[in-house]
Amino acid sequence: MITGYAFALGLCAMLVVLLFVLLRTRRLREKYAGIWIIVSLGVVVLAIFPSWAFWLSRVARVNTPVNLLFGGSIAVLLLVCIHLSTELSSQEEKTRTLTEEIALLRLEVRGLRAEESFLTEPVSPGGAVPSTRDPSTPVEPAR
Amino acid sequence: MPAMLPDRSLLVIVPAWNEEQSVGRVVLELLRVLPYATVLVVNDGSTDRTSAVAREAGARVLDLPVNLGVGGAMRAGYKYAFREGYARTVQHDADGQHDPEAIELLLKAMDQEDADIMIGARFAGVRGYAVRGPRRWTMRMLSLVLSRVAHTRLTDTTSGFKACNRSAIRLFSSNYPAEYLGDTVESIVIAARAGLKVRQVGVTMRVRSAGRPSHSPIKAGVFLLRAVLALAVALSRPTEPLPREVPQ
Repeated sequence: MITGYAFALGLCAMLVVLLFVLLRTRRLREKYAGIWIIVSLGVVVLAIFPSWAFWLSRVARVNTPVNLLFGGSIAVLLLVCIHLSTELSSQEEKTRTLTEEIALLRLEVRGLRAEESFLTEPVSPGGAVPSTRDPSTPVEPAR
Repeated sequence: MPAMLPDRSLLVIVPAWNEEQSVGRVVLELLRVLPYATVLVVNDGSTDRTSAVAREAGARVLDLPVNLGVGGAMRAGYKYAFREGYARTVQHDADGQHDPEAIELLLKAMDQEDADIMIGARFAGVRGYAVRGPRRWTMRMLSLVLSRVAHTRLTDTTSGFKACNRSAIRLFSSNYPAEYLGDTVESIVIAARAGLKVRQVGVTMRVRSAGRPSHSPIKAGVFLLRAVLALAVALSRPTEPLPREVPQ
Protein backbone atom coordinates (compact mmCIF):
# COMPACT_ATOMS: atom_id res chain seq x y z
CA MET A 1 0.00 0.00 0.00
CA ILE A 2 2.68 2.47 1.07
CA THR A 3 4.90 1.58 -1.88
CA GLY A 4 1.91 2.14 -4.16
CA TYR A 5 1.55 5.70 -2.85
CA ALA A 6 5.27 6.25 -3.12
CA PHE A 7 5.22 5.09 -6.72
CA ALA A 8 2.32 7.40 -7.61
CA LEU A 9 3.93 10.33 -5.81
CA GLY A 10 7.27 9.68 -7.47
CA LEU A 11 5.64 9.58 -10.90
CA CYS A 12 3.85 12.89 -10.34
CA ALA A 13 6.99 14.53 -8.98
CA MET A 14 8.91 13.37 -12.03
CA LEU A 15 6.22 14.86 -14.27
CA VAL A 16 6.44 18.21 -12.52
CA VAL A 17 10.25 18.22 -12.73
CA LEU A 18 10.17 17.26 -16.42
CA LEU A 19 7.75 20.10 -17.23
CA PHE A 20 9.86 22.54 -15.26
CA VAL A 21 13.03 21.47 -17.08
CA LEU A 22 11.29 21.79 -20.47
CA LEU A 23 10.08 25.25 -19.53
CA ARG A 24 13.55 26.28 -18.33
CA THR A 25 15.19 25.18 -21.55
CA ARG A 26 12.46 26.97 -23.53
CA ARG A 27 11.42 23.79 -25.29
CA LEU A 28 7.89 24.21 -23.98
CA ARG A 29 5.98 27.46 -23.84
CA GLU A 30 4.20 28.42 -20.66
CA LYS A 31 0.76 28.52 -22.28
CA TYR A 32 1.01 24.80 -23.12
CA ALA A 33 2.70 23.78 -19.86
CA GLY A 34 0.07 25.46 -17.68
CA ILE A 35 -2.56 22.79 -18.01
CA TRP A 36 -0.02 19.99 -17.46
CA ILE A 37 1.33 21.60 -14.32
CA ILE A 38 -2.20 21.96 -12.94
CA VAL A 39 -2.98 18.34 -13.80
CA SER A 40 0.21 16.98 -12.24
CA LEU A 41 -0.22 19.05 -9.09
CA GLY A 42 -3.80 17.78 -8.83
CA VAL A 43 -2.60 14.20 -9.11
CA VAL A 44 0.07 14.82 -6.45
CA VAL A 45 -2.59 16.18 -4.10
CA LEU A 46 -4.86 13.19 -4.73
CA ALA A 47 -1.94 10.80 -4.18
CA ILE A 48 -1.20 12.40 -0.80
CA PHE A 49 -4.85 12.64 0.27
CA PRO A 50 -6.69 9.76 -1.42
CA SER A 51 -9.68 10.38 0.84
CA TRP A 52 -10.40 13.49 -1.20
CA ALA A 53 -11.12 11.27 -4.20
CA PHE A 54 -13.74 9.39 -2.17
CA TRP A 55 -15.31 12.64 -1.03
CA LEU A 56 -15.35 13.96 -4.61
CA SER A 57 -17.00 10.81 -5.95
CA ARG A 58 -19.68 11.06 -3.24
CA VAL A 59 -20.37 14.66 -4.20
CA ALA A 60 -20.50 13.77 -7.92
CA ARG A 61 -22.60 10.65 -7.17
CA VAL A 62 -20.12 8.32 -8.86
CA ASN A 63 -20.14 4.91 -7.20
CA THR A 64 -16.51 3.99 -7.76
CA PRO A 65 -14.02 6.79 -7.07
CA VAL A 66 -11.55 5.40 -9.60
CA ASN A 67 -14.14 5.85 -12.37
CA LEU A 68 -14.38 9.51 -11.53
CA LEU A 69 -10.61 9.76 -11.85
CA PHE A 70 -10.60 7.93 -15.17
CA GLY A 71 -13.50 9.95 -16.52
CA GLY A 72 -11.90 13.17 -15.41
CA SER A 73 -8.54 12.33 -16.93
CA ILE A 74 -10.12 11.32 -20.25
CA ALA A 75 -12.00 14.62 -20.38
CA VAL A 76 -8.82 16.57 -19.65
CA LEU A 77 -6.86 14.69 -22.34
CA LEU A 78 -9.65 15.29 -24.84
CA LEU A 79 -9.66 19.01 -24.13
CA VAL A 80 -5.90 19.16 -24.49
CA CYS A 81 -6.12 17.40 -27.87
CA ILE A 82 -8.73 19.86 -29.10
CA HIS A 83 -6.63 22.73 -27.86
CA LEU A 84 -3.61 21.40 -29.78
CA SER A 85 -5.72 21.03 -32.94
CA THR A 86 -6.85 24.64 -32.75
CA GLU A 87 -3.27 25.77 -32.15
CA LEU A 88 -2.17 23.73 -35.18
CA SER A 89 -4.88 25.31 -37.33
CA SER A 90 -3.81 28.78 -36.33
CA GLN A 91 -0.19 27.81 -37.10
CA GLU A 92 -1.27 26.65 -40.55
CA GLU A 93 -3.04 29.94 -41.19
CA LYS A 94 0.10 31.82 -40.17
CA THR A 95 2.26 29.62 -42.39
CA ARG A 96 -0.13 30.27 -45.25
CA THR A 97 0.06 34.03 -44.81
CA LEU A 98 3.86 33.95 -44.57
CA THR A 99 4.09 31.73 -47.64
CA GLU A 100 2.03 34.24 -49.60
CA GLU A 101 4.18 37.11 -48.41
CA ILE A 102 7.39 35.27 -49.39
CA ALA A 103 6.01 34.58 -52.87
CA LEU A 104 4.94 38.21 -53.31
CA LEU A 105 8.34 39.44 -52.12
CA ARG A 106 10.19 37.04 -54.43
CA LEU A 107 8.27 38.40 -57.40
CA GLU A 108 9.01 41.94 -56.28
CA VAL A 109 12.73 41.18 -55.86
CA ARG A 110 12.81 39.64 -59.32
CA GLY A 111 11.22 42.77 -60.78
CA LEU A 112 13.65 45.06 -58.96
CA ARG A 113 16.64 42.94 -60.06
CA ALA A 114 15.50 43.13 -63.66
CA GLU A 115 15.17 46.91 -63.38
CA GLU A 116 18.55 47.22 -61.75
CA SER A 117 20.39 45.15 -64.29
CA PHE A 118 18.57 47.08 -67.00
CA LEU A 119 19.92 50.34 -65.54
CA THR A 120 23.47 49.19 -64.85
CA GLU A 121 24.07 47.34 -68.10
CA PRO A 122 21.84 49.05 -70.65
CA VAL A 123 23.79 47.89 -73.69
CA SER A 124 23.88 44.14 -73.76
CA PRO A 125 25.52 42.68 -76.84
CA GLY A 126 23.06 41.59 -79.47
CA GLY A 127 20.24 43.46 -77.74
CA ALA A 128 19.64 40.50 -75.49
CA VAL A 129 17.39 40.90 -72.51
CA PRO A 130 19.51 41.63 -69.41
CA SER A 131 19.88 38.49 -67.41
CA THR A 132 17.81 38.25 -64.28
CA ARG A 133 19.03 35.93 -61.61
CA ASP A 134 16.46 33.60 -60.13
CA PRO A 135 15.95 34.85 -56.56
CA SER A 136 15.36 31.32 -55.44
CA THR A 137 18.96 30.32 -56.10
CA PRO A 138 21.21 31.07 -53.15
CA VAL A 139 23.80 33.82 -53.49
CA GLU A 140 27.43 33.25 -52.60
CA PRO A 141 28.21 35.66 -49.78
CA ALA A 142 30.85 38.23 -50.68
CA ARG A 143 34.14 37.61 -48.92
CA MET B 1 -4.13 53.25 -50.91
CA PRO B 2 -2.34 51.30 -53.65
CA ALA B 3 -1.80 53.11 -56.91
CA MET B 4 -4.73 52.14 -59.08
CA LEU B 5 -4.19 50.92 -62.58
CA PRO B 6 -6.71 51.95 -65.26
CA ASP B 7 -10.30 50.77 -64.94
CA ARG B 8 -9.87 48.16 -67.62
CA SER B 9 -6.72 46.62 -66.16
CA LEU B 10 -7.08 42.88 -65.99
CA LEU B 11 -5.08 40.24 -64.15
CA VAL B 12 -5.60 36.63 -65.17
CA ILE B 13 -4.71 34.44 -62.19
CA VAL B 14 -3.68 30.91 -63.14
CA PRO B 15 -3.13 28.61 -60.14
CA ALA B 16 -0.79 25.82 -61.23
CA TRP B 17 0.51 22.78 -59.43
CA ASN B 18 2.83 20.57 -61.48
CA GLU B 19 1.33 21.66 -64.81
CA GLU B 20 4.50 22.02 -66.91
CA GLN B 21 2.80 20.14 -69.74
CA SER B 22 -0.04 22.59 -70.22
CA VAL B 23 0.78 25.87 -68.47
CA GLY B 24 2.98 27.22 -71.26
CA ARG B 25 0.30 26.71 -73.87
CA VAL B 26 -2.37 28.25 -71.65
CA VAL B 27 -0.26 31.35 -70.93
CA LEU B 28 0.61 31.87 -74.60
CA GLU B 29 -3.02 31.57 -75.61
CA LEU B 30 -4.17 33.94 -72.85
CA LEU B 31 -1.64 36.57 -73.95
CA ARG B 32 -2.64 36.14 -77.59
CA VAL B 33 -6.39 36.45 -76.92
CA LEU B 34 -6.04 39.19 -74.29
CA PRO B 35 -2.97 41.24 -75.21
CA TYR B 36 -3.86 43.98 -72.70
CA ALA B 37 -4.03 41.58 -69.75
CA THR B 38 -1.33 40.56 -67.29
CA VAL B 39 -1.09 36.83 -66.71
CA LEU B 40 -0.06 35.79 -63.21
CA VAL B 41 0.75 32.13 -62.75
CA VAL B 42 0.66 31.14 -59.08
CA ASN B 43 3.05 28.23 -58.85
CA ASP B 44 1.66 26.29 -55.91
CA GLY B 45 4.85 24.60 -54.74
CA SER B 46 5.37 22.59 -57.92
CA THR B 47 8.21 20.12 -58.09
CA ASP B 48 8.46 20.30 -61.88
CA ARG B 49 9.35 23.15 -64.26
CA THR B 50 5.94 24.89 -64.07
CA SER B 51 7.49 28.15 -62.90
CA ALA B 52 10.19 28.30 -65.59
CA VAL B 53 7.79 27.26 -68.37
CA ALA B 54 5.26 29.93 -67.36
CA ARG B 55 7.95 32.61 -67.16
CA GLU B 56 9.30 31.71 -70.58
CA ALA B 57 5.79 31.96 -71.99
CA GLY B 58 5.58 35.54 -70.72
CA ALA B 59 3.67 35.26 -67.48
CA ARG B 60 4.52 36.81 -64.15
CA VAL B 61 5.05 34.01 -61.68
CA LEU B 62 4.27 33.95 -58.00
CA ASP B 63 6.32 31.10 -56.55
CA LEU B 64 4.78 29.69 -53.39
CA PRO B 65 7.56 27.85 -51.54
CA VAL B 66 5.14 25.18 -50.26
CA ASN B 67 1.91 23.72 -51.62
CA LEU B 68 -1.13 25.55 -50.23
CA GLY B 69 -3.91 24.19 -52.42
CA VAL B 70 -6.07 26.13 -54.88
CA GLY B 71 -7.56 28.35 -52.16
CA GLY B 72 -4.14 29.34 -50.88
CA ALA B 73 -2.79 29.98 -54.36
CA MET B 74 -5.81 32.10 -55.25
CA ARG B 75 -5.59 34.26 -52.13
CA ALA B 76 -1.95 34.95 -52.96
CA GLY B 77 -3.10 35.93 -56.46
CA TYR B 78 -5.82 38.23 -55.11
CA LYS B 79 -3.29 39.81 -52.74
CA TYR B 80 -1.06 40.55 -55.71
CA ALA B 81 -4.00 42.00 -57.67
CA PHE B 82 -5.02 44.13 -54.69
CA ARG B 83 -1.55 45.51 -53.98
CA GLU B 84 -0.72 46.16 -57.63
CA GLY B 85 -4.03 47.95 -58.09
CA TYR B 86 -5.71 45.80 -60.72
CA ALA B 87 -9.34 46.64 -61.42
CA ARG B 88 -10.41 43.13 -62.36
CA THR B 89 -9.21 39.56 -62.15
CA VAL B 90 -10.18 36.33 -63.85
CA GLN B 91 -9.39 32.94 -62.35
CA HIS B 92 -8.33 30.54 -65.06
CA ASP B 93 -7.24 26.90 -64.81
CA ALA B 94 -3.78 25.83 -65.95
CA ASP B 95 -4.91 22.52 -67.39
CA GLY B 96 -6.49 23.99 -70.50
CA GLN B 97 -10.05 23.27 -69.42
CA HIS B 98 -11.13 26.91 -69.61
CA ASP B 99 -11.37 28.72 -72.91
CA PRO B 100 -9.51 32.07 -72.94
CA GLU B 101 -11.97 33.30 -75.58
CA ALA B 102 -14.72 33.06 -72.96
CA ILE B 103 -13.03 35.65 -70.70
CA GLU B 104 -14.32 38.55 -72.79
CA LEU B 105 -17.79 37.06 -72.48
CA LEU B 106 -17.40 36.86 -68.71
CA LEU B 107 -16.23 40.48 -68.44
CA LYS B 108 -18.96 41.76 -70.77
CA ALA B 109 -21.61 39.98 -68.73
CA MET B 110 -20.08 41.43 -65.57
CA ASP B 111 -20.36 44.96 -67.00
CA GLN B 112 -23.90 44.45 -68.26
CA GLU B 113 -25.26 43.04 -65.02
CA ASP B 114 -23.13 45.32 -62.85
CA ALA B 115 -21.99 42.26 -60.92
CA ASP B 116 -19.04 42.04 -58.54
CA ILE B 117 -18.39 38.38 -59.29
CA MET B 118 -19.25 36.63 -62.52
CA ILE B 119 -19.05 32.85 -62.56
CA GLY B 120 -18.47 31.04 -65.81
CA ALA B 121 -20.95 28.18 -65.51
CA ARG B 122 -20.38 25.03 -67.51
CA PHE B 123 -23.34 24.27 -69.75
CA ALA B 124 -25.09 21.12 -68.73
CA GLY B 125 -24.26 18.28 -71.09
CA VAL B 126 -21.41 19.98 -72.85
CA ARG B 127 -18.92 17.54 -74.28
CA GLY B 128 -16.09 16.74 -71.91
CA TYR B 129 -18.10 17.58 -68.87
CA ALA B 130 -20.75 15.09 -67.82
CA VAL B 131 -21.58 14.24 -64.23
CA ARG B 132 -24.10 11.65 -63.21
CA GLY B 133 -25.54 9.97 -60.15
CA PRO B 134 -24.73 11.05 -56.58
CA ARG B 135 -22.13 13.57 -57.68
CA ARG B 136 -24.75 15.28 -59.81
CA TRP B 137 -27.25 15.35 -56.93
CA THR B 138 -24.62 16.90 -54.68
CA MET B 139 -23.95 19.61 -57.22
CA ARG B 140 -27.70 20.23 -57.57
CA MET B 141 -27.99 20.56 -53.81
CA LEU B 142 -25.08 23.01 -53.70
CA SER B 143 -26.64 25.05 -56.51
CA LEU B 144 -30.02 25.19 -54.78
CA VAL B 145 -28.61 26.36 -51.46
CA LEU B 146 -26.13 28.83 -52.93
CA SER B 147 -28.76 30.28 -55.26
CA ARG B 148 -30.80 31.17 -52.19
CA VAL B 149 -27.78 32.63 -50.39
CA ALA B 150 -26.75 34.73 -53.39
CA HIS B 151 -30.32 35.70 -54.42
CA THR B 152 -29.77 34.61 -58.00
CA ARG B 153 -29.87 31.42 -60.00
CA LEU B 154 -26.55 29.60 -59.88
CA THR B 155 -26.27 26.28 -61.67
CA ASP B 156 -22.55 25.57 -61.46
CA THR B 157 -21.18 26.43 -58.05
CA THR B 158 -18.01 24.36 -58.30
CA SER B 159 -16.75 26.21 -61.35
CA GLY B 160 -13.23 27.55 -60.97
CA PHE B 161 -13.75 30.04 -63.79
CA LYS B 162 -14.77 33.41 -62.45
CA ALA B 163 -14.21 37.13 -62.83
CA CYS B 164 -13.95 39.58 -59.92
CA ASN B 165 -14.05 43.35 -59.73
CA ARG B 166 -12.16 45.57 -57.31
CA SER B 167 -14.56 45.02 -54.41
CA ALA B 168 -14.33 41.25 -54.72
CA ILE B 169 -10.53 41.42 -55.04
CA ARG B 170 -10.43 43.47 -51.84
CA LEU B 171 -12.56 40.91 -50.04
CA PHE B 172 -10.73 37.86 -51.32
CA SER B 173 -7.25 39.27 -50.73
CA SER B 174 -7.88 38.99 -47.00
CA ASN B 175 -10.53 36.31 -46.80
CA TYR B 176 -10.26 33.37 -49.15
CA PRO B 177 -10.60 29.93 -47.58
CA ALA B 178 -8.05 27.18 -48.15
CA GLU B 179 -10.57 24.53 -47.06
CA TYR B 180 -12.02 21.81 -49.25
CA LEU B 181 -14.43 23.47 -51.72
CA GLY B 182 -13.43 26.75 -50.06
CA ASP B 183 -12.25 28.27 -53.32
CA THR B 184 -15.65 27.69 -54.92
CA VAL B 185 -18.58 27.08 -52.56
CA GLU B 186 -17.42 28.94 -49.47
CA SER B 187 -16.03 31.89 -51.41
CA ILE B 188 -19.48 32.42 -52.96
CA VAL B 189 -21.04 32.39 -49.50
CA ILE B 190 -18.45 34.85 -48.19
CA ALA B 191 -19.00 37.17 -51.14
CA ALA B 192 -22.80 37.03 -50.94
CA ARG B 193 -22.70 37.65 -47.19
CA ALA B 194 -20.42 40.65 -47.68
CA GLY B 195 -23.09 42.14 -49.94
CA LEU B 196 -21.39 41.53 -53.27
CA LYS B 197 -23.47 40.81 -56.35
CA VAL B 198 -22.77 37.31 -57.66
CA ARG B 199 -24.02 36.33 -61.11
CA GLN B 200 -23.29 33.60 -63.62
CA VAL B 201 -23.05 33.30 -67.36
CA GLY B 202 -22.92 30.09 -69.38
CA VAL B 203 -19.60 29.21 -70.98
CA THR B 204 -18.43 26.17 -72.88
CA MET B 205 -15.59 24.11 -71.49
CA ARG B 206 -12.93 22.24 -73.33
CA VAL B 207 -12.10 18.61 -72.83
CA ARG B 208 -9.65 18.45 -69.97
CA SER B 209 -6.21 17.44 -71.11
CA ALA B 210 -5.85 15.19 -68.07
CA GLY B 211 -8.21 13.84 -65.44
CA ARG B 212 -11.96 13.36 -65.63
CA PRO B 213 -14.69 13.57 -63.02
CA SER B 214 -14.74 10.31 -61.11
CA HIS B 215 -17.80 8.09 -61.15
CA SER B 216 -16.87 5.89 -58.20
CA PRO B 217 -19.84 5.79 -55.79
CA ILE B 218 -17.57 5.88 -52.74
CA LYS B 219 -15.79 8.97 -53.98
CA ALA B 220 -19.15 10.52 -54.83
CA GLY B 221 -20.36 9.76 -51.30
CA VAL B 222 -17.25 11.31 -49.77
CA PHE B 223 -17.75 14.32 -52.04
CA LEU B 224 -21.34 14.64 -50.79
CA LEU B 225 -20.34 14.46 -47.14
CA ARG B 226 -17.50 16.94 -47.50
CA ALA B 227 -19.69 19.27 -49.55
CA VAL B 228 -22.43 19.21 -46.90
CA LEU B 229 -19.87 19.85 -44.16
CA ALA B 230 -18.24 22.68 -46.12
CA LEU B 231 -21.64 24.23 -46.80
CA ALA B 232 -22.79 23.90 -43.19
CA VAL B 233 -19.59 25.47 -41.87
CA ALA B 234 -19.66 28.25 -44.47
CA LEU B 235 -23.30 29.11 -43.76
CA SER B 236 -22.89 29.10 -39.99
CA ARG B 237 -19.79 31.26 -39.95
CA PRO B 238 -20.21 34.84 -38.81
CA THR B 239 -20.47 37.36 -41.61
CA GLU B 240 -17.32 39.32 -42.23
CA PRO B 241 -17.87 42.76 -43.66
CA LEU B 242 -16.10 44.01 -46.74
CA PRO B 243 -12.78 45.54 -45.64
CA ARG B 244 -12.23 49.16 -46.55
CA GLU B 245 -9.87 50.17 -49.32
CA VAL B 246 -6.83 50.59 -47.05
CA PRO B 247 -3.73 48.44 -47.24
CA GLN B 248 -3.04 46.73 -43.93
